[in-house]
Amino acid sequence: MSQETIPQLTAFDVAALDRSFGELLRSVQQEAARMVSADDREKFRLYWLGRKQGRLKSIGEAWLKTAPVEAKKAIGQRFNQLKEQIEQALDAGSPSVAARAAGRSAGPISDALDITLPGIRPGLGAEHPLIKTLHEVVGIFERMGYSVGIGPEVETDYYNFESLNFPPNHPARDTQDTLVVAGQEKKPLRERLLLRTHTSPVQIRTMEQQPPPLRIVIPGKVHRNDAADATHSPIFHQVEGLCVDTNITFSDLKGTLDHAMKELFGSSVKTRFFPSFFPFTEPSADVQISCIFCSGKGCRKCKHSGWIELLGCGMVDPAVFGFVREKQSAYDPKKISGFAFGMGIDRIAMMKYGISDIGLLYSGDMRFLEQFA
Amino acid sequence: MRILSQWLRAYMPTLAVSDRQLADDLTLRGIAVEGVFDLPASDLGATHGSLFDMDITTNRVDAMNHYGIAREAAAIYNVPLLPLDESLPQAKPTSAPRIAIRIEAPDLCGRFTARVLRKVTIAPSAAEVAGRFALLEQKQISNAVDATNFVVQAMGHPTHAFDLDKVEGAIVVRRARDGERLKLLDGTERTLVADDLVVADERKALALAGVMGGWETMITPETKNILVEAAWFDPASVRRSSRRHGLHTDASHRFERGADFAAPPIASAMVCRLILAAGGELEGEMLDVIVPEQAARTLHRPVVQLALHDVTRILGRTEEAHPLDAATIERYLTALGCRMKKSSDAGTLSVELPSWRLDLERDIDLIEEIARLHGYNRFANTLPAFSGSVVELPHASQERTVRRKLLAAGYTETVFSTFCSADDAATFAPQGHSSVPLGNPLSEEAGHLRPSLLPGMLAMLAHNLNHGVDNVRLFEMGTVFHGNTDRVQERPSLAIGATGNILASAHTAARGYSFYDIKGIVEELLAGFSFASLAFAPIENAAAWLHPGRAARIVLDGHTLGYFGQLAEAESTQRKLKQPVFVGELDLALLFRHVLRLPAIQPLSRFPAVTRDFSFIFSDAVRWEQIAASLTALGITAMRPLEALEIFRDAKGKTVPQGSYSLLVRTVFQSQERTLRDEEIQGWAEQVMAALAQLGGVLRDGATAPG
Ligand SMILES: [Zn+2]
Repeated sequence: MSQETIPQLTAFDVAALDRSFGELLRSVQQEAARMVSADDREKFRLYWLGRKQGRLKSIGEAWLKTAPVEAKKAIGQRFNQLKEQIEQALDAGSPSVAARAAGRSAGPISDALDITLPGIRPGLGAEHPLIKTLHEVVGIFERMGYSVGIGPEVETDYYNFESLNFPPNHPARDTQDTLVVAGQEKKPLRERLLLRTHTSPVQIRTMEQQPPPLRIVIPGKVHRNDAADATHSPIFHQVEGLCVDTNITFSDLKGTLDHAMKELFGSSVKTRFFPSFFPFTEPSADVQISCIFCSGKGCRKCKHSGWIELLGCGMVDPAVFGFVREKQSAYDPKKISGFAFGMGIDRIAMMKYGISDIGLLYSGDMRFLEQFA
Repeated sequence: MRILSQWLRAYMPTLAVSDRQLADDLTLRGIAVEGVFDLPASDLGATHGSLFDMDITTNRVDAMNHYGIAREAAAIYNVPLLPLDESLPQAKPTSAPRIAIRIEAPDLCGRFTARVLRKVTIAPSAAEVAGRFALLEQKQISNAVDATNFVVQAMGHPTHAFDLDKVEGAIVVRRARDGERLKLLDGTERTLVADDLVVADERKALALAGVMGGWETMITPETKNILVEAAWFDPASVRRSSRRHGLHTDASHRFERGADFAAPPIASAMVCRLILAAGGELEGEMLDVIVPEQAARTLHRPVVQLALHDVTRILGRTEEAHPLDAATIERYLTALGCRMKKSSDAGTLSVELPSWRLDLERDIDLIEEIARLHGYNRFANTLPAFSGSVVELPHASQERTVRRKLLAAGYTETVFSTFCSADDAATFAPQGHSSVPLGNPLSEEAGHLRPSLLPGMLAMLAHNLNHGVDNVRLFEMGTVFHGNTDRVQERPSLAIGATGNILASAHTAARGYSFYDIKGIVEELLAGFSFASLAFAPIENAAAWLHPGRAARIVLDGHTLGYFGQLAEAESTQRKLKQPVFVGELDLALLFRHVLRLPAIQPLSRFPAVTRDFSFIFSDAVRWEQIAASLTALGITAMRPLEALEIFRDAKGKTVPQGSYSLLVRTVFQSQERTLRDEEIQGWAEQVMAALAQLGGVLRDGATAPG
């Protein structure tokens, strides 16, 4: 803030005064913005408002001297206005200056905001917990080299049951368990249309399209003729996986799922495999993970067993390859082998997020969904 | 199913592990013990061991009894398994002609055995049976009936005891006559069909074979002479009869899963011994009729060749250093009842299958048994080698873009039912498409496959409004179904729904969601895709569910992509929606034919932009589309995209006449090459004003002339 020359005021109409006082205000504001310390503030005050050398006084005297009489009143008012603005700038500068210097608040501030009021949130949409979990699981297998596949939700009996080695009288084929499209009775069994009860038909469809080696992960919506309650819904979601190549073994299946469960639930999670029965795999297994709530010590959520059953899996049954071979001869069970697995995404999401009623997932209820935003 | 640990131990006297260890080891081998309960000790202090609550998978009917489970345990621990006690008192020879047995339906009954007991005493069961039944909390009836139930518990084969004095002539196993009537043990009278198999005498049906005995020949306290039936019935036949008559009995449960063809003589002997314990005598030897074709199906199945290298090829590495060797494999299979036959090849085992394991047929079945008995968790965790690339779904990135934009714009994702009512299906099916009915819907409201996501979206909006949530923005991406019961087409679809206020906060006034909000999100979505032309057309006669004046058809490159707007009054009233609701649906199959837009960057101009605003009053008949088109038609290359800065209508007609609106149009002029000259800009501004005046626009009073 060196001493500067006094600007000249040559015209006295309103526009000229606007322009000249505007320039003065701009320089006040620029200098006010540069104030940091208490020292700066004092210098600023002296520069503009100093009694003897103050710039406002010097300019005021100079301009009033040359102004015609009829303009003097307007010029005087404008100087008073400017003086107020300079004083305001000093006030505004002071708290931050004081606070920065002393590290604490310096009394009430005239234009302070209640910073404890909530902010204006733009309101993001919430990801659906099922879709989020579905993507998480699919992502884990993508990183393990699995491509993604999908298939139709309305399937034929052939893809949903027959080609997966379900015998003709299997109870799952009953309309008590499976939702069917109307008017199928007169068709041959294998052509009848139904709502797929699992994502496994996509295994067959993919193998028919593509010779081994094959690694595919299949997310999807499935349906069963189930009464709805807190843990059952006629609509639910699965992620299915299939890996076929030469020398794919049961121990590969174990290692793959053990790795996937550690990715999904954390590296301390353990897996344990039990014999089970599915028509399309042999050997078949149910997989349990160590309880994620009690780390295996036993709690209400794991019925005090320390374990939670989470997925079904097994080595692809040679009979399934037999069905596929009609279209892809490379699936010779004497030369290749494979494993398949499937898991209920609803259950995993419910476990991860502590959801006790499956119906909430299909309700569109904002009070529930916005908790995932 | 309930199992007594002490009963199991009776078959394995050398078993040394605790009941809990036994339960765990069985469970890990697929013979699931769901619960272990300590039984109270007897008055004399003798322990009764534990009660196991078992859940045996349906393919393992052989393990649905004590002996079957003991066989598994003996195999796991490699301890001896005692044979079943088939001992019987000496039969009394008889000179009287024996009862004849005729199997007239050899396809449905493979074996029928009968023993005749004379001068029996019907009394309560003796200690051996009564004690175990008490622990199992099984109802006791009489020694004869309890004996058959006991033998089922012991070794799994159902038998039946007839009051022989009510049997007239020979035993005939035949198909029922259509309309033939039979009163069963449960007191119900059934009308049979020709597909039902019955055990009959010369005059009448005595029992529904493999399902339930008949009323007339049942054991009563007066019964003196008994015929004990132990037979093998075709599983499918028993299943059909059981279903047809709604009779799921313990016997049918076992026969329909495949009983042991070799078991009838043993089961018969056990039943007879238990009945005779209270007095009476055995008359003659057992009568046994076998259908050879059925014996071949079960008892004499072909030997299975198991290549040892296939065992490791399928199962992989075990955690122990040594692999599964031939001796271990043989031991496991033998313990399960398989017999090793001579094999010509050292690398192959020739395995004869046990008659009680009809679930075993192929080499893979044996490989599963080996893995199971070895213990699944004793196999190593390995990862298969992989080379290749990962292929995403063809539309994965487009779907991600749509989802990301909607979430960022404040729309919450939902997943809803696949079904809707017939009415909704008719209302919301796109023009020219029909919806597909279900054969066995969950409810009437869920009778059709949804042809549109909108019924579900409206249901969700209503749900929220009914639960006090008034400000809602939702979307769903899901499958919609069109076609008929012969051919169902599936398409991915996107529904958007919103109602209430947006941006309500303590600091800002709330603003109602409007048509232009839903249009805005549609524009944001489409801006992510590449296309040649996009238009919003009136809906005309389509989409009757929308307010005709506040709805639009999206036309993307000449194809209808979907509809959106405010819900029609009638729909809104019918659904009892208390405030305006905005919905739209886009055909994602069509949208995903457009690739994502690759941004082509315009260099930032180094020259100043000049803004000129024009305030004009137009008649309501003049639409923005016309205004924009006429200004674009001026062909001013330096003019950047137009903006409709402000639209104002005055309901009282004071500042703007009624039937008109005032429009503030902003134009921005900027060149990439040079600073624009004032005269140029003035010239363009005059062109713009002339064009606006041409459309009937009147420069607004008091508006500052640009310049
Ligand atoms: Zn737990």
